[in-house]
Amino acid sequence: MEFFAQQFINGLTLGSIYGLIAIGYTMVFGIIGMVNFAHGDVFMLSAFIALIVFLALTTWIGLTSVPLVFVIVLVCAMALTSLWGWAVERAAYRPLRGSFRLAPLISAIGVSIFLSNFVQVVQGARNKPVPPLVRDVFVLYSHENYVVTLSYKQALIMITTAVLLAGFWYLVQKTPFGRAQRACEQDRRMAALLGINVDRTISLTFVLGAALAAVAGTLYLLYYGVVSFSDGFVPGVKAFTAAVLGGIGSLPGAVIGGLIIGLIETFWSAYFSIEYKDVAAFLILIIVLIFKPSGILGRPEVEKV
Amino acid sequence: MKAAGRLAVTHRDLPPAADGPPDDPVLIVDHLTMRFGGLVAVNDLSFKVGRGDITALIGPNGAGKTTVFNCITGFYKPTEGMIRLCPEGGGAYLLERLPGHDVNRLARVARTFQNIRLFPRMTVLENLMVAQHKPLMQASGFSLAGILGLPGYRRAEAEAVEKARAWLQRIDLIGRADDPAGDLPYGDQRRLEIARAMCTDPVLLCLDEPAAGLNPRESADLNTLLRMIRDEHATSVLLIEHDMSVVMQISDRIVVLDYGLKIADGTPEQIRTDTRVIAAYLGVDDEEVEAVEAEVGLAGAQA
Amino acid sequence: MAQGSTLPAAAASGTRREASALPEIVKDAALFALVTFGLSIPIVAIRTDLGQGTGLYLTTRWGLVAALCGAVFVLRLIQRLVMLRVGQSRLAAQEKQAASGLAAPVGRLAASLGPLTLGLALGLPFIAVIGGGGLSEGRYWIDLGILILTYVMLGWGLNIVVGLAGLLDLGYVAFYAVGAYTYALCSTVFGLSFWVCLPVAGLFAAAFGVLLGFPVLRLRGDYLAIVTLAFGEIIRLVLINWVDFSGGAAGISSIPRASFFGIPFTAGEGGFASTFGLDFNPMHRVVFLYYLILALALITNLVTLRMRRLPLGRAWEALREDEIACTSLGIDTTMTKLTAFALGAMFAGFAGSFFAVRQGFVSPESFNFLESAIILAIVVLGGMGSQIGVAIAAIVMVGAPELLRNLGFLRAVFGEGFDPNEYRLLLFGLAMVAMMVWRPRGLISDREPSIRLGKAAR
Repeated sequence: MEFFAQQFINGLTLGSIYGLIAIGYTMVFGIIGMVNFAHGDVFMLSAFIALIVFLALTTWIGLTSVPLVFVIVLVCAMALTSLWGWAVERAAYRPLRGSFRLAPLISAIGVSIFLSNFVQVVQGARNKPVPPLVRDVFVLYSHENYVVTLSYKQALIMITTAVLLAGFWYLVQKTPFGRAQRACEQDRRMAALLGINVDRTISLTFVLGAALAAVAGTLYLLYYGVVSFSDGFVPGVKAFTAAVLGGIGSLPGAVIGGLIIGLIETFWSAYFSIEYKDVAAFLILIIVLIFKPSGILGRPEVEKV
Repeated sequence: MKAAGRLAVTHRDLPPAADGPPDDPVLIVDHLTMRFGGLVAVNDLSFKVGRGDITALIGPNGAGKTTVFNCITGFYKPTEGMIRLCPEGGGAYLLERLPGHDVNRLARVARTFQNIRLFPRMTVLENLMVAQHKPLMQASGFSLAGILGLPGYRRAEAEAVEKARAWLQRIDLIGRADDPAGDLPYGDQRRLEIARAMCTDPVLLCLDEPAAGLNPRESADLNTLLRMIRDEHATSVLLIEHDMSVVMQISDRIVVLDYGLKIADGTPEQIRTDTRVIAAYLGVDDEEVEAVEAEVGLAGAQA
Repeated sequence: MAQGSTLPAAAASGTRREASALPEIVKDAALFALVTFGLSIPIVAIRTDLGQGTGLYLTTRWGLVAALCGAVFVLRLIQRLVMLRVGQSRLAAQEKQAASGLAAPVGRLAASLGPLTLGLALGLPFIAVIGGGGLSEGRYWIDLGILILTYVMLGWGLNIVVGLAGLLDLGYVAFYAVGAYTYALCSTVFGLSFWVCLPVAGLFAAAFGVLLGFPVLRLRGDYLAIVTLAFGEIIRLVLINWVDFSGGAAGISSIPRASFFGIPFTAGEGGFASTFGLDFNPMHRVVFLYYLILALALITNLVTLRMRRLPLGRAWEALREDEIACTSLGIDTTMTKLTAFALGAMFAGFAGSFFAVRQGFVSPESFNFLESAIILAIVVLGGMGSQIGVAIAAIVMVGAPELLRNLGFLRAVFGEGFDPNEYRLLLFGLAMVAMMVWRPRGLISDREPSIRLGKAAR
């Protein structure tokens, strides 16, 4: 039971990160119906940005206040990654609207390959470790040999995720941008006729997705303390799995899917085999796509003849 | 099994049309209902398509015509009801139970689409060759004989090309046989799509608004083409059309839909004078009715 | 960068406003440079390296950032100016040309390129031997030829799936792996010869193709891509983790070498050299392998060209154009896709088994996602559906970085540690994006009809 509780906490932490990335997939899919294959690499890039900003703050400027460092790193990573998200959309996706149906996906694969190798070229191929920011843990429960802990790190990840999701939810539900975005999702041409700047709305969607990926990237770095140029691929696919599982196009679905994938992965590693944990995620992806492509909260697609 | 049992009952229960339904139907649509969530697109629709007839399915926008087509041609599975296709030699296919491609491959029902669906980058000739997939596949021994270049396949291919050539001559596109289909003008694409459907040797040809976007001359050509199909081939025609001049001139029977319900079924003369049709189809505004009555009368005089 | 979006604007402005547009163009280029600057912070500007201890130390590279921004500024400026010079009429003509593929003369050039490339491929070992001054001296070129031809074959195989049938397969390398491991296991465990294993490997890979394809080929295009990607990764992960079966990450080594149809390439009695009265030279085997992969690649090509003219091949292309229309014409789309998928997988299986016999060693790391991406990039850049385009793309994409590596002056310019291979994938990625933006139908996008009315009587 204690083991289970501990794994549950670990799973939720991991799931928060997946959920944040999954939102980027689901929003972009919702608005332009494309799988942004490069999103995982944007996430990886953001972790690198966070890493560099963190090191610059601690070694050059000598900041020691943990909350201050964390907030600055987070904000910088979000801002700079957003710029990347914007640039990628402008350069690689926007010119393809109206092209043949596989063009955006192929372009996205190109961006994905470019980004991971770009980071490899400019930052080197080796793993980049960072000293842990916080080490303390809350002991939630202790009985004889069993201890269930919640580390500060994990608490920070969950709280950050929850706060940002709430803010994001507000943005999408209550602001003019959110309305424009939902309108574009339903009928892009009609939205344009009603005076919504569709291009800008799509750009903003990518920017938001990238910003959330940056949050995930920062938290990932905080949690694992190491990042490498190839770290975008597997978390990217898992987050996409989360988005599909939750019902692609649905924002709450992405978060729920992320949590489920995080939990499944953690429990799978804990109870079955750690070697096959990625296989489990990939299998879930295949099974969901075959048997329930609309996911948990998604709407089924009606084929137009 | 249950559905088959119901068929026997419903045959007797079928509401008689004004002059009785066609005696030798090629298609029997029986209590067809199609729901999308809460929306009832087609509601308990029954009608027949007579063998060798041109039957028109008309109705205001959103009446459910294309939904009926999609049910007949296997793109939608109807919520309820049966669609029976009776080939000449007897027997029947229950279209709602066939997988999409078997509606054409086995039951030999062909169709065209409201927004033309050619293979745009393939040539006009290739479009017609793809339509002869089934016989050519068999002749090529599912590619094995074909890949070895056996004479049997080459003969079959030559025959297929001849058939395509004959159709290209008929629709006056022989000169453009080797051009990509997407490069043709709109009216030619419409005719090519009909020829492509005919290359599958259909028992029933379903045309979804074949005259849409055509100019009057092209529209007249279309009438000739459809009559030719009816008179020279063992193909019955079911069409959706808004252009009343086409409908009134060439149809042997007309079925009128409104809000998914059948409101009339009969010969063009009967439909022309049916007050329910005029009310539903044209709205109840008297002046409008008069105006369109005049138009319909004119079309009748021409026919 | 975003040329596509500015193209209509340039066309509208026309030549009249050339002079007045200049400040705007400079501003636009400056904006590009500014964005580049923003993107470069901090990922380019500050490099992290592992120090003596455990921590990372930082080095700034503002010079590099400035150079990048400058380069982007100049490139954008040149691009806009060139576009301005190209008058409105020329631009319209160019756009039309871009839409319909290469102009006729270039198309003819492409047609004559085929025999030329084939001739070169057939003669390469001789050229290499004569040019190098001996069998062993020509080895580098022949090895490079084998590498390129392997990718040509994989490209052609994937072209059936992606180019003809329009199915985006991101897990193609899985079938390559199945082929390689089939040979590796059959030969090491059962002692079967290469010539027995080759067809078995092809059939096995095709069977895997059917196994995966059957449930997933109903999915829409991008989902299919992701599922195949997942499948490819699963195969790789299983190969890594199922140590008893596949040797795990260490792979399988000492796989028997290929024989000359039963005659081994050995020095002693009964070997290839003594049988044919030649002096023993290890290069005989390399030359033999070269012609083996050439033959395999040509078979792939031949089968593809034949299939295009058959109803099944036409149905693949029709499927790529419009699936719903195919269904309405009585074509079973799932089965038709499955045949394309299986045939493509079979050729990957052949290629994989060649890979194993050539290397004498297989490990899961040879079959990662990047390998799939490289093959896909070759197909995309070659112009999906064009055989010669794929061959040229493979030569350029695989051959060029290898050749550049040996050019001394590049090292003089970029420093001693410069390795063009590092930038290969970076350029692959960029090229894929550029291709989709500017020439979505590939470099050679002329489509040759599978049948012509004039020629059909033959």
